[in-house]
Amino acid sequence: MKKKALWTLLSLLLIMIITISGCSGDEKANSDDQKDASDDTEQTNDDNEDSDDGKKTFVFGRGADSVQLDPSKVTDGESIYVTNQIYDTLVRYEEESTEVRPALATEWDTSDDGLTWTFTLREGVKFHDGTDFTAEDVVFNFERWASSAENIYYGYMFGATEDNLSGIIDKVEATGDYEVQITLSEPNAPFLSTLAMPPFGIASPDAIEKYGEDYFKNPVGTGPFVFKEWIVDDSITLTKNEEYFGEVAKVDEVIFRTIPDNGARFMELQAGSIDAMNGLNPQDIDTAESDENLQVIRRPSMNVSYMAMNTDKEGPMSNKLVRQAVNLAIDKDKLMTLFEGIGKPAKNPLPPSIWGYNDEIEDYGYDIEEAKRLLAEAGYGDGFEVSLYTMSNPRPYLPQPKVTAQAIQQMLSEVNIKVNIVENDWDTHLTKTENGEHDMAFLGWTGDNGDPDNFLYVLLDKDNAKKGSAGNIAFYKNDEVHDLLKSAQTEMDQAKRTDYYMQAQEIIKEDAPWFPIAHTTPPIAASADVVDYLPHPTGSEPFNFLDIKE
Amino acid sequence: MLKYIIRRLAMLIPVLLGVSILAFSLMQLIPGDPARSMLGEKATESQLMQLREEMGLNDPYIVQYGRFLGSVLQGDLGESIKSKEDISVELLNRLPATIELTMFAMILAIVVGILAGVIAAVKQYSWFDNLSMTGALFGVSLPIFWLGLMMIWLFSVKLGILPASGRLSNDVELNTITNFYLLDSILTGNWVAFKDVFTHLLMPGVALGTIPMAIIARMTRSSMLEVMKQDYIRTANAKGLARHLIVFRHALKNAFLPVLTVIGLQFGLLLGGAVLTETIFSWPGVGRYVYLAVLGRDYPVVQGAILIIAIIFVLVNLITDILYKYFDPRISYN
Repeated sequence: MKKKALWTLLSLLLIMIITISGCSGDEKANSDDQKDASDDTEQTNDDNEDSDDGKKTFVFGRGADSVQLDPSKVTDGESIYVTNQIYDTLVRYEEESTEVRPALATEWDTSDDGLTWTFTLREGVKFHDGTDFTAEDVVFNFERWASSAENIYYGYMFGATEDNLSGIIDKVEATGDYEVQITLSEPNAPFLSTLAMPPFGIASPDAIEKYGEDYFKNPVGTGPFVFKEWIVDDSITLTKNEEYFGEVAKVDEVIFRTIPDNGARFMELQAGSIDAMNGLNPQDIDTAESDENLQVIRRPSMNVSYMAMNTDKEGPMSNKLVRQAVNLAIDKDKLMTLFEGIGKPAKNPLPPSIWGYNDEIEDYGYDIEEAKRLLAEAGYGDGFEVSLYTMSNPRPYLPQPKVTAQAIQQMLSEVNIKVNIVENDWDTHLTKTENGEHDMAFLGWTGDNGDPDNFLYVLLDKDNAKKGSAGNIAFYKNDEVHDLLKSAQTEMDQAKRTDYYMQAQEIIKEDAPWFPIAHTTPPIAASADVVDYLPHPTGSEPFNFLDIKE
Repeated sequence: MLKYIIRRLAMLIPVLLGVSILAFSLMQLIPGDPARSMLGEKATESQLMQLREEMGLNDPYIVQYGRFLGSVLQGDLGESIKSKEDISVELLNRLPATIELTMFAMILAIVVGILAGVIAAVKQYSWFDNLSMTGALFGVSLPIFWLGLMMIWLFSVKLGILPASGRLSNDVELNTITNFYLLDSILTGNWVAFKDVFTHLLMPGVALGTIPMAIIARMTRSSMLEVMKQDYIRTANAKGLARHLIVFRHALKNAFLPVLTVIGLQFGLLLGGAVLTETIFSWPGVGRYVYLAVLGRDYPVVQGAILIIAIIFVLVNLITDILYKYFDPRISYN
């Protein structure tokens, strides 16, 4: 009796096991079939892609889904990554630098006072919905951007306020079918660079009217790829725009897949189910570099991390000699070991990928004795206590804030400076440092438009050293620097502007309001079959240049 | 019975009221400025002020709560601040994924868990008992993210037999009707898609089902052991009833109550979303949605989703309670 029951149970279990393994058995047989064609998984995948009418698909894995596909309304990189494929701007960045080249506008001209910009537009361009692109569409887009504070980048880049939503842009007029004139209320040299930013992608007015509130799910631009499908939290599919006026894409389809876990995403790349990815775990960089089926592509840096010293606060940090001593007492090369293989030591506030970078400048270097001498000269030979404010969460330009703070604490103790670390969550950290509560504080910056003004003026001009909303949290106020930066804003000649920025960087180095820490070069891992992936410093790049080798 | 169900449903109201207060105040307690997290660090002060005004963040808490409650009562969960999409739409997009995965994981857990538990109890101290219970102990203690990553590494990277993540392969077409992919593929008779969806379900299903499976197995075993010692089982044995009848019809039915409780609880928990499993296997479900909303301070989403999840949890428990009566007719609901 007992035995019978057991047998019944066991056979039940057996049936179950057979059912389950039967299903996966099928799978196995199937993938074996595929493997007949080639013996490695990478190629199996390519076969898969190609078997679909010989279609070439580029699959990009990333950690988060896009928020909206309307570039004017978003600030997150994952939205911009996709909209950068769908839309064109009036001018675009060069493939590997932040200099600008023609896109929807073929030519442009500035009046002598720098206030009036005339753009000649490309003829014969069509939006993905089939409508023609004309000057009226540009006017429509500018008016739309200026219509609401929701358009974050417009407000931020053009200085919109509650009373003046259009900021420094006075007027945008169509002076012909293919000519647009933009009038500014003040000269703005970085204007052209700003227009190249992905948030200023020109959208189809017809589509915006047609879809209304749902436009962000149905983007229509003129770019190299056409929007096809968005499965929320899973994937976004784009197809190639055969009619593209620029370089027509070499792949037929681009799929952005959301794979939240860094480790799992990397394994997908190893398994060949995706072609490229961002957000590698530090330990996976080496694995990818040593794997012959993979390659690591490093994005040129457009950021900087720094320790600002509050020059405004009574006490040691208001003394230039002390700030120089701090620069001398910290071993920057040693700090780089905390950057998980993606940090390059910084000597300037500007990252080297941006024009105007002063490479002549020699960094302070690590010299304890000199630091001690300077401190003694400043009257602080016996040491003092300072606070170092740090954020608790990693930032793209500072992967390990707490540990970096502790390393600096240790190094500065060698010259009798006692550092008290104050750790806060990101929002609180911003509020407190903008209010100038700190003696020293970590912060960083990721550039917006690739113009030096976007770093130097925002972070180190006295105009931005107002308590409560300071971008300049060193509260560094140097009139000479201010004059240089202001002249550079109104000077349209890039050679002259470069000269101003070179000089400004020299003064800043001497005054040492910062201890510049690093520029990070975020890695992208890709299958070795991917060619011509050109990473752009701004954080995302159009995919029409890349190709997948057969 | 009907009266009981109505009474239980009426009890939903105070429960949800409590949950809504909790959800609301939790979001207020989290440090940081919601406007700042929503607009990002590039937003200007005037943009921040405008957003705070628009969202009513400057009003007293009680006014904000009242407004939230008012719109919920009208069946409006509000819209996500980040994506500007209706929260009910966003939840409807994701709930099927979560429910499908949960169903799959729970069926796996229940079938394997109960079978293993029953066998272990019937053959107490046998090798199967020892083995399965040691396995169950491991199952409860395994970190899901580790198990998940190991499975991906083995089955996707090394063996290449299972897809690593997602719900459906890029090159497989499926017309969605209900958004339950398994169901959709059956409805449209699309067997290629069915197989693809099924293989996508396997690893996350196992990862998610492991802990409930282990708990159910252990609970079934101990409960069965107790029942098997009772007099009526001895009587049944004495009168020569078939062993499988005794075990399954007489013993298991009586031993099932505590197991059912556990199943109900686990089911409710998993339906609330499994952040870890959904993250590792890129499963576009509710858990990760809420998790991201918490990180991004998208608090209308957090409040709305918590409410919906609470309703689901209460309903699952209600169904469990009703099922009690089937297994133990002595239970009376009057």
